[in-house]
Amino acid sequence: MTATTMELGAGTTGYRPTATRLAHPWFSLNVITAFLGAAAGYGIGHWIGNYIASNYAVVQSTGQNNVAVVLALFFGVLGFIVGIGGLNYPILKMFGYQPEERAPVEDWTKYFRFSTDHKVVGKQYLVGVIGMFFIGGLFAMAIRTELTNPTTHFFAPDIYLQIVSEHGTIMMMMATSLVVGPLGNFLIPLMIGSRRMAFPRLEAISFWIFLCGLMVILTALPLGGFDTGWTGYAPLQTEAAPGMDAYLVGFGTIGTGMILNGFNQIVTIVNYRAPGMRWSRLPIFVWSMLATSFLLTLATPVLFVAGWFGVLDRTAQTAFYVNTHGGSSYLWENLFWFFGHPEVYIMAIPGFGLVGEMLPVFTRKPLFAYRVGAAGMFGVALLSFFVWQHHLFVSGINPDMRPVFMLTTELISIPTGFIYLIGMGTLWRAKIRFTVPMMFCLAMYFNFLIGGITGVYNSDVPVDVTIHGSFFVMAHFHYTIMGGLLFAFFGAVYYYTPLLTGKMLNNTLAKIHFWWMFIAFNFTFFPLFIVGFLGMPRRVFEYAPRLQVLNDWASASAYMLGMSFLVFAVNFVWSVWVDPKPAPANPWQSLGLEWQLPAYKMPWYNFERLPIILSDPYHYGEREALPVAHLQGVLALAGAGAGGGLAPVGAVGPDPGPEISPPRGEAEREDPRPE
Amino acid sequence: MSHMEQPSERPGDGIDPRGPNVPHFARLFAIWLLATAIVEPVLYFLVWPHIPPGTMTDAARGAQFDALVLTMTAAPVVIAVLEYYLYAMIVWHQKKGEPPEDGPPIWGHVGIQAGWIAITSAIVMGAFVFGTYELINTSGAGGGEGPSPIWTPAATKNMLTVQVIGQQWLWTYRYPQFGGFETPDLILPNHTKIAFHVTSLDVIHDFWAYQLGVKADANPNVDNVAFATTNETGRFTVRCDELCGIWHGAMYNYGYIVSPTAFYKWATSTEKKLAPLTKTLPKFAWTYNPSANGAGGGYYPSTDPFYEVYKYEYGSSGREGNLPAVHIKSFGWKPSQAGAHHVRER
Ligand code: HEM
Ligand SMILES: [Cu+2]
Ligand SMILES: [Cu+2]
Repeated sequence: MTATTMELGAGTTGYRPTATRLAHPWFSLNVITAFLGAAAGYGIGHWIGNYIASNYAVVQSTGQNNVAVVLALFFGVLGFIVGIGGLNYPILKMFGYQPEERAPVEDWTKYFRFSTDHKVVGKQYLVGVIGMFFIGGLFAMAIRTELTNPTTHFFAPDIYLQIVSEHGTIMMMMATSLVVGPLGNFLIPLMIGSRRMAFPRLEAISFWIFLCGLMVILTALPLGGFDTGWTGYAPLQTEAAPGMDAYLVGFGTIGTGMILNGFNQIVTIVNYRAPGMRWSRLPIFVWSMLATSFLLTLATPVLFVAGWFGVLDRTAQTAFYVNTHGGSSYLWENLFWFFGHPEVYIMAIPGFGLVGEMLPVFTRKPLFAYRVGAAGMFGVALLSFFVWQHHLFVSGINPDMRPVFMLTTELISIPTGFIYLIGMGTLWRAKIRFTVPMMFCLAMYFNFLIGGITGVYNSDVPVDVTIHGSFFVMAHFHYTIMGGLLFAFFGAVYYYTPLLTGKMLNNTLAKIHFWWMFIAFNFTFFPLFIVGFLGMPRRVFEYAPRLQVLNDWASASAYMLGMSFLVFAVNFVWSVWVDPKPAPANPWQSLGLEWQLPAYKMPWYNFERLPIILSDPYHYGEREALPVAHLQGVLALAGAGAGGGLAPVGAVGPDPGPEISPPRGEAEREDPRPE
Repeated sequence: MSHMEQPSERPGDGIDPRGPNVPHFARLFAIWLLATAIVEPVLYFLVWPHIPPGTMTDAARGAQFDALVLTMTAAPVVIAVLEYYLYAMIVWHQKKGEPPEDGPPIWGHVGIQAGWIAITSAIVMGAFVFGTYELINTSGAGGGEGPSPIWTPAATKNMLTVQVIGQQWLWTYRYPQFGGFETPDLILPNHTKIAFHVTSLDVIHDFWAYQLGVKADANPNVDNVAFATTNETGRFTVRCDELCGIWHGAMYNYGYIVSPTAFYKWATSTEKKLAPLTKTLPKFAWTYNPSANGAGGGYYPSTDPFYEVYKYEYGSSGREGNLPAVHIKSFGWKPSQAGAHHVRER
């Protein structure tokens, strides 16, 4: 069933949806029909592929029909999207019908349907990314198990490579959407005072496409896996088993979702800000989402094209990556990393944004040098398009350009440093409250410091000659992605769960989770810098016996790290479903707009009246400051009476006084920040 | 939050550890100076000699020195940041029993922001200039420089050329100055400039001679050149450092730096010994077309060039054994086995 949203005028009397449920009770689209669609699509695609290609010479001599595999996966994804109802609207439009506008389903089944409520999509994403993180984590446990012994093997070498490749690919795909998906979709409209995302149908479809992409990657396993790692270098790619098709189609699929999601968020942030939400008042998290979304929309198409070339090489026997026929294996390396480096900032900037958003709340101070922080994120995003060849310093590509790429890479540490500037400035003479989210923020700063400094080692060509492709690099990117993004994410989960669900997570378990994860994480990955420096390459099942002690230490710590997430899972399930404890409104006394109304109680159109933004959300410690927004909407301000609108629930902003004071003219208020 | 006083009006402000009159900055600076003064000499005198990859070649020595310089530059930064966070956590937290308050509304500080940007920019530019100098000064720092390197050693007169050929899952080496014989053993003379010409017969591999500080991708149809000058005799490890298929993890062996005379003896005798085999190999070239010589690696056993080695050394049943490294036994070095061992097992 298609739930379309209506164009909502800037709040006048408040929008009341016509509550008729037009979905046919005996046939409505949901995940079950989606899986049926996927199965049907898979079968059809496979049949077409066999019909087209089974008499190709290459298919007959290798017994491997990549055309059938690619088409099966593609039609499978298409079938899934049709089955969930993602294409109802465009299809009806195409045939000249005006699709009915229906209010979204309101019971629990909405989480298993194509929902255009951004709050539902955010929660779907949340469960999706955490689920994928756990699956990827199981693969990580398998990797560490294999590496407990330098020469005795738990897995056959091909199985081991499939495990490493699945782990890397799943984690990278998951981390790309880790914050943008759940928190971006959930929070952006609430933070900028909008009733919805700009393109709710695109938003919904981006989630289901994301899910499809991850499922496609998992289908690689029954197809024989892929042995190229997540980087998929040709010519290995070209000659690999059919599992490689799943890698290429999977990246294409998830890439489509990334582009749509990013595009949607850009348009939303630019066009759907409530009255008064000037750029200078935008929460820092929204700035980070904007920067990330630009990376998503601009970098991902390159990956898409690169993957498409790969698919053509494997099916239509083109030669994009085949040196002997006029192609080049360098082409894939260039295209992949041209996407790949912006990708690593897609996995860093959201963490910066989250930390910037939480620090003021728990230091009870304004965000220090807000503009520098926002500029830093955009500086990082922009520069990330100019550094990709630092992954290829010893490849023989453009060797004389190495100083340039060394320079651009090192330049990125300047805007990245801004994130430390705003963090350290905000801590200056603060009133730190050591809540769990705050502890995660501080840990993120600690981990990212190590991740960032070791990144400078990678950027320095003479040192990189030793550490390129070694466990040093592996430890470096786990420190940035896991130590940075994932720590910020878990901090944000503890911080925002009361907003998402109205439930408070258990604080003791949360603290146990934090310390356990923090210690185990550092115990796991710090020794791996040394292991890499001492000569252990990535993606190997055999290593020098002298490195066994460090590897065993890392493996033991990795099991501990894996277990720490069980504490989180137990806490989450227990506190949200089994024994829920209602959260107080605004438990952290945040000034942010998103906290002024209880999101978990909001209707799907969020605001009964569009709020009027009066200030940025960081006026801690200022008695005179205005509240972040006027929640009574336009009418109240015009003096037409305050009735009708939602009263601010649990508003803890500076008390505006017994009467609602009309906002002073914008010019009257001094901006205390330096330019 | 709205109940807090302006900080300067608070009674007893002078003794409040959070107040503006406490010389936080001076304290932080003093601690930082002390810690840095302790750490830097430790790095220089105690850590430097142990930094990988050692000193077997000038490239390795350069990498070691660079890592030292980076570490000595990074240490004060790391100390400053960690110290600051610890200090803030200890001094500037909401004390138990105190009524919850907000901090002072400080929105920024032009001087601090400008200073921050200036300092980080200076460090970054320093790192860039130093890295570039080191890269050029050590003729590419042991990294692969593509087919026509622009940073070459000054005098190339007595340079030894070694061609490194990667294939699934084996390294072999050809010595063009000795008739182009091909062997699975990497023997190098001491105190000699070496030019490694790295190429591949199938997928991308990466030639990583760890202790030599040399790393260069082996791309099919590409001649990727890396330079190093040997300084010490001894054994070094060669590993494949780019994922090249299922036996990538087993694609390693060992090489040796020996005295120039021992090398010369080994090279000339091997050249003579392998002469009949060398004739059957593809003519020495900087790159090879895989289909011309059958890609090796056990995929196409009938055209595997090493099949000829076995026939030559052991007769045609020799395929089951280890690679014949016998020709260096006479110099007291253990023959290399690993890597090749697995290929044969398959
Ligand atoms: C649960 C904790 C984790 C552990 C113990 C772990 C462990 C590992 C190990 C040991 C490897 C190296 C395999 C090898 O090269 O031989 C690896 C590779 C990798 N990991 Fe993780 N990991 C964890 C979580 C993550 C997370 C959260 C991410 C990203 C979001 C991630 C992304 C990757 C990637 C991209 C690779 C590279 C795969 C490749 O070489 O293609 N990992 N992981
Ligand atoms: Cu990069
Ligand atoms: Cu390899």
